[in-house]
Amino acid sequence: MSTREERHTVTFEINGARKTVAAEARRLLVHLIREDLGLTGTHVGCDTSQCGACTVEIDGLAVKSCTVLAVSAEGASITTIEGLTPGTDLDPIQAAFHEHHALQCGFCTPGMVMSVRQLLKDQPAPSEHDIRRGLAGNICRCTGYHNIVRAVESLASKGEQS
Amino acid sequence: MSQAPAIRQIGQPLRRREDFKLLAGKGRYVDDIKLPGMLHMAVLRSPHAHARIGRVDLSAARSAPGVRLALSGQALDGKIGPIRPNWIIPGSKVPSRPVIAIDRVRFVGECVALVVAETLAEAYDAVGLIDVDYEVLPAVTDEEVAVRDGAPQLHDNVPGNITTIYKVRGGDYQKVSREADHVIGLRVVNNRLIPTCMETRAIVAAPELDGTLTVYIGSQVPHMHRRWIAETVGIPEHQLRVVAPDIGGGFGAKMHLYSEDLLCPYLARELGAPVKWWESRSESHQSTSHGRAHTERIEVAFTNEGKILGLKVETLGNVGAYLSNMASGGPTVNTVNFGTGTYKIDNYEAISRVVVTNTVPVDAYRGYGRPEGAYIAERAIDAVARHLKLDQVEVRRKNFVQPAEFPYRPYGSMGVMYDSGNYQGLLDKALAAFDYDRRRSECEALRGSGIYRGIGVAAYTHMCGMAPSRRLAVSGFDRGGWESARVSIDSSGRATIYSGSMSQGQGHITSLSQIAADVLQIPIENIEVVQGDTRQVQAGHGTFNSRSMAVGGSSVHVSSQRIVAKAKKIAASMLEVDEKDVSYSAGAFSVPGTDIPPVTFSKVARMAYVGHKLPDRLEPGLDETVFYDPTGMGSPSGVHLAYVEVDPETGIVDILDYVAVDDVGTLINPRLAAGQIHGGVVQGIAQALYEEVSYDADNGQLLTGSLLDYAVPRAEHVPNIRSLFQETPSPTNPIGVKGIGESGSIAAPPCMVHAVLDAVSPFGITHLDMPLTPPRIWAAVQEARKGAGQ
Amino acid sequence: MIPAAFDYVRASSLTQAIDLLRNDPDGTKLLAGGHTLLPSLKLRLASPALLVDIGDLAELKGIEISETGIRIGALTTHAELFASLPLNEQLPLFRQAAGLIADPQVRNRGTIGGSLANADPAADWPAVMLALQAEIEIAGTSGFRTILARDFFVDIFSTVLEADEILARINIPRPTAGTRFVYRKIRHPASGFAVVGIAIALRLSQNLVSEATIGVTGAANHAFVGEDAADFLIGKTLSRENIDQAARLLSEATECLSDRYASADYRANLIQVELKRALLALTP
Repeated sequence: MSTREERHTVTFEINGARKTVAAEARRLLVHLIREDLGLTGTHVGCDTSQCGACTVEIDGLAVKSCTVLAVSAEGASITTIEGLTPGTDLDPIQAAFHEHHALQCGFCTPGMVMSVRQLLKDQPAPSEHDIRRGLAGNICRCTGYHNIVRAVESLASKGEQS
Repeated sequence: MSQAPAIRQIGQPLRRREDFKLLAGKGRYVDDIKLPGMLHMAVLRSPHAHARIGRVDLSAARSAPGVRLALSGQALDGKIGPIRPNWIIPGSKVPSRPVIAIDRVRFVGECVALVVAETLAEAYDAVGLIDVDYEVLPAVTDEEVAVRDGAPQLHDNVPGNITTIYKVRGGDYQKVSREADHVIGLRVVNNRLIPTCMETRAIVAAPELDGTLTVYIGSQVPHMHRRWIAETVGIPEHQLRVVAPDIGGGFGAKMHLYSEDLLCPYLARELGAPVKWWESRSESHQSTSHGRAHTERIEVAFTNEGKILGLKVETLGNVGAYLSNMASGGPTVNTVNFGTGTYKIDNYEAISRVVVTNTVPVDAYRGYGRPEGAYIAERAIDAVARHLKLDQVEVRRKNFVQPAEFPYRPYGSMGVMYDSGNYQGLLDKALAAFDYDRRRSECEALRGSGIYRGIGVAAYTHMCGMAPSRRLAVSGFDRGGWESARVSIDSSGRATIYSGSMSQGQGHITSLSQIAADVLQIPIENIEVVQGDTRQVQAGHGTFNSRSMAVGGSSVHVSSQRIVAKAKKIAASMLEVDEKDVSYSAGAFSVPGTDIPPVTFSKVARMAYVGHKLPDRLEPGLDETVFYDPTGMGSPSGVHLAYVEVDPETGIVDILDYVAVDDVGTLINPRLAAGQIHGGVVQGIAQALYEEVSYDADNGQLLTGSLLDYAVPRAEHVPNIRSLFQETPSPTNPIGVKGIGESGSIAAPPCMVHAVLDAVSPFGITHLDMPLTPPRIWAAVQEARKGAGQ
Repeated sequence: MIPAAFDYVRASSLTQAIDLLRNDPDGTKLLAGGHTLLPSLKLRLASPALLVDIGDLAELKGIEISETGIRIGALTTHAELFASLPLNEQLPLFRQAAGLIADPQVRNRGTIGGSLANADPAADWPAVMLALQAEIEIAGTSGFRTILARDFFVDIFSTVLEADEILARINIPRPTAGTRFVYRKIRHPASGFAVVGIAIALRLSQNLVSEATIGVTGAANHAFVGEDAADFLIGKTLSRENIDQAARLLSEATECLSDRYASADYRANLIQVELKRALLALTP
């Protein structure tokens, strides 16, 4: 059996790049992402899986990376906020947030954007109710959600047209 | 270089210039900072609300892996601290507050010991190894209980647990209360809240090779933090650099001086290495200041027609275990001075007592005192309307201060002056947008079929900017009311603004650029804004009390004007005409009525730096710094309306509509202004319906210790907010702005409470205390039904 | 925010996982979705010596639908239960309940087995399992045993699971054709857990109730079956009076929990209100 101090080797793909990292068993995925890989766009806003600031995509699903062990990421394909816009452009969700003033302090924003990706994947044309329910896993303290809902609505209507 | 803007930038709904990095995950918050050799601090917090500290055994922690240092309060006694408040109402008894508790703890969460280790995990592990003997003492958490005879006493120099008694008086309340047709009393509770910035507090202190110290901290007030840390830790202020990078929300909570703000700088110097502290969310609930926590007893005297003759208020403001930074000012000056709200109430009598209890210190939170003050005025006038069965709108209209009465000093106050406003205009605009009459009849009609809908109304006004400096001395506020701005033009004519204000998400880079662009007449993209670095920004007070546009923005405006004035002198010299013949428009200096070719701003800037053709005795350069001290404070106001449906069987409230009409003076950027209203209103709705800090009254344990039990609203809990504006420019500053950040959180709580009370009025319910949770509403309905014999 | 150190083993077989549990029953915890376990480790409310990750165990995965019933692997996530079309064609209760659990991110990770084994008194699946008369399949040292869901929950956060046993699968008998289902829940505003949740499976024959099962969560120390209320309804119409009486019986079936947020009276009231509303929703 392994000892507690032992580091486990984890291999996964993140934002398209393959990585192998040694991690203590107790290391949370969010800390691995932020500290070992320097991808600090993923934030930690709580410790009980309520706020969603740490939301990333694992194998195409939005998850709270503060509630996943780094060692569990073995073989996973992870996308963080930094993976959406490798260049200097904004992706459509980010652009909609800018257009509709859907962010203020910006701390919840990366997690919110990652959740919106999931929401639009599940429901390409969500109603306002669907949007508000679909963002239940993310807390924003600045915007009152009003403009976040507007931003998502703008994407939904585009979805219907196409 | 692109052409000067053809349109005025102030008033344009520009999209934010700061968005890109935040959207791309490239923001830089304190916890994102990682320095070579950085150590991590973790804090052991008191598990008891009130206890004597016996032996603190640090031996196991000290020998744990990675640990560099472990300390208890004893070791710091006399070295750093105590933590002094920055606002001390004259006559206050100030309890001594050590940086780490020495012999006694007074709230669950107070620092008892600390560990510095190589990793955060090691620091947490070692904290778990510290053994402390406590002798538990009786605790008191409630302000009404704390002032009773026999209540546990917190501080020897604070008898009766009251630090401050503050009185306000105007007219003769006693006389009018004898003469009035009606006098009614009510007791209202302003529930204790947790500000809940999504970014918790964090700090990194890093010793530099040159002997200076850099402190990275999410501070709303970087220059104030520099002063406080310097004074409390004993570092020469000029050798301390405070850097506030991106901040994940502040709402007042990030403008105080906390133990950790002092410990990291102290430890970094002791250990010769960067030291970081990051606050977990559950830790934050017991270590970052709370908000509100008042109980008010109100008496209102009025005529049969609903005209209010007088108001009497007794406030008990719970400030927790110590006087935090601004704590003695909140329940006093900031609350009871504003108790008459938007109404003409000439006879007013208020007393506020500031009460210490075994709870987390309470300090500024979005609105600080003004939500509590507006709640007094609004709950009172609503009670009058209910008592007389008069329409809530008409009673307000009858009592409003009239437009012609501005500037208006309520109850003859020396301290409060409302600079301008038109409350009737706000009300009319709100009623029209809300379709009040139709909804009023809709409510009545639906009640017959067992559907309980209600309309809430609330009006508010307050004062923004904490100024001018000379007036602040009277209230014991140990800082100025000015803000500084430096506008520095480079040799190409582009501008960098160094502002003492500090954005925590408000979008100052965009709004301050708009202010400067109008004066400088250069395109927005030719303007950069620097904030949050005491090495770069000359001086400042930072962002609180909705002051950034009124004071910080005015400072940028005046500074930009000085730039243009100097540029004009240089242009005159270049054009070889008299300065008074030169006019500046569309980014060019010209001599009207002549065929002299104009000279552009950028050419003038170039000349300012090459200095070849400057007027006699004019210094080269185009760089102006202003310390703008306003002559007065602007008074935003507003009328908000809410439409709700209450399910009496479950107590669940459905918010059907919310209309906010606010007068915040000149709108710099309507898009950002609406964003401020949305966010403020939702924090106000949160106070009204969801959030409440709970303590166990017996042992002082914090019962809302995490986001699993403290209900910060999600998107599904709140409605769309229809935000509209009325602009009456403030006469107190050159751009006419009043302040906006706090408006929503002031208006929304009474508005929501009134809506719910209106909805359940058929049951005979006339009072409910926040938060209006479903169980609480349901219990009130049950009680009322029982009383009615149903 | 950082758990105390522990060992971690990714189990490659059910037997290995059970052996590890048996080696150190007190110090070993199973890790599935981790959405209950990890927060408690982060807050250091628990500090096991070993975490056994059962995420790779194929025998704990999947949804199988056969003539006789439905078999759900313990590792099936809330999101998978929400999304499964064949499952929800048979038992739309899954979609209704899963959609009300926590939030999308948590649903993507949290598992039904984890939820049931944790036996949070306010969790949703226990009520659903009771209404569906599910059977819990438990793997242990001597093979598998099964137990009815109604006998599975013992007390607050307590089930019949022994320290060296693993909740492996859930078996649900195929419902009689025409059975209607409903799950209603009042959510706690912060945690999203049920203040009260009620799951009902009900069949009507010529407007008379022929079958009824009611599961209730959130109200008591553990989820329970509303037997008296269900029995009362059998053979009756869903008239206002009958519904009222069933609601009364259901609220009398337990001593309700009382906490800072909601009193016992409030919960008892919610049981009545929610049952009435649920039954009205089922009335043709």
